[in-house]
Amino acid sequence: MKHTAKSFAAWKGAHDLLWKAKVEVTLKKEVRDPQGLAVEKSLKTLGYEMVQRVRVGKYMEVFIEADSRKKASLLVEEMSERLLSNPVIEDYSYTLQEPEGGK
Amino acid sequence: MKFAVLVFPGSNCDLDAYHLVQDVLNHEAHYVRYDQMTLGRCDAVILPGGFSYGDYLRSGAIARFSPIMEAVQEFAEQGGLVFGICNGFQVLTEAGMLPGALYRNQNLQFRCRQVFLRIENDDTPYTGSAARGDVLKIPVAHGDGCYYAPPDVLDKLDENRQIIFRYSNAKGEITEEANPNGSLDNIAGVCNKRGNVAGMMPHPERAGEAVLGSEDGLVIFKSICHYMEQF
Repeated sequence: MKHTAKSFAAWKGAHDLLWKAKVEVTLKKEVRDPQGLAVEKSLKTLGYEMVQRVRVGKYMEVFIEADSRKKASLLVEEMSERLLSNPVIEDYSYTLQEPEGGK
Repeated sequence: MKFAVLVFPGSNCDLDAYHLVQDVLNHEAHYVRYDQMTLGRCDAVILPGGFSYGDYLRSGAIARFSPIMEAVQEFAEQGGLVFGICNGFQVLTEAGMLPGALYRNQNLQFRCRQVFLRIENDDTPYTGSAARGDVLKIPVAHGDGCYYAPPDVLDKLDENRQIIFRYSNAKGEITEEANPNGSLDNIAGVCNKRGNVAGMMPHPERAGEAVLGSEDGLVIFKSICHYMEQF
């Protein structure tokens, strides 16, 4: 069978695994977090005096087609560094969820 | 002089910039859409204020990957003047064309008011017609204008005289009360090492006519024009 670009994409899609990346982005430790401070103050006002620190960040789910965990990881890292986080002020971390019915 | 004014989805000060160049300064301006690949013939590029892509993810983070930004980068590399105002400043820091980053105001408020700026370096294309220590009255209107740069970058900025504007009081004193957003060292505007790319959070294009409450923004655009006339 001759593969056109379109049919190849369909074939590729059918055989690649769908990984769910959970990406968390937070301000770097040394960057003051005004939202975190406001939430911390509010929690203390509610009586939670045991709260020592709050940091507010972002949580993203990115679904990625890739044929291996390694490839999916590399892609998430690249996306996180280029767009999902700003390395000047933010750190990111992520976990990859195993695809359902995976190989 | 020909100014290219970029238009991203969600820009809203593109009209103000265009009006100032065309109607107040009597120079030429043309809009360039975010999805274009070329800037057209121009002497300087303005990245206007607004809320490109709704400020989703981070202010300027998505706009900086617009097709037109490649042409802007190239234009800057050739020494062309690239000036980012407010959201335009955020786009330039996100693109790595200016050092540091801009994020949520420390007071968590959207600040929309007149502020005072002190000119820290009058030896740039953007401040050449002013004098160091001059104080300008120019409005700010932003929620994500807190300037941050790591300590080593701040030292470099100082060393290379890349800090061009600082928030001050009317007397030109740099005080905490004069700082509308908690920016480190009261930084309101910076340029790159070469001096041809600059960004500032306040809006000089909204301070170009007496009817608007101040004409102090004109000196920045006059500096740009004066600089370009020399070449």
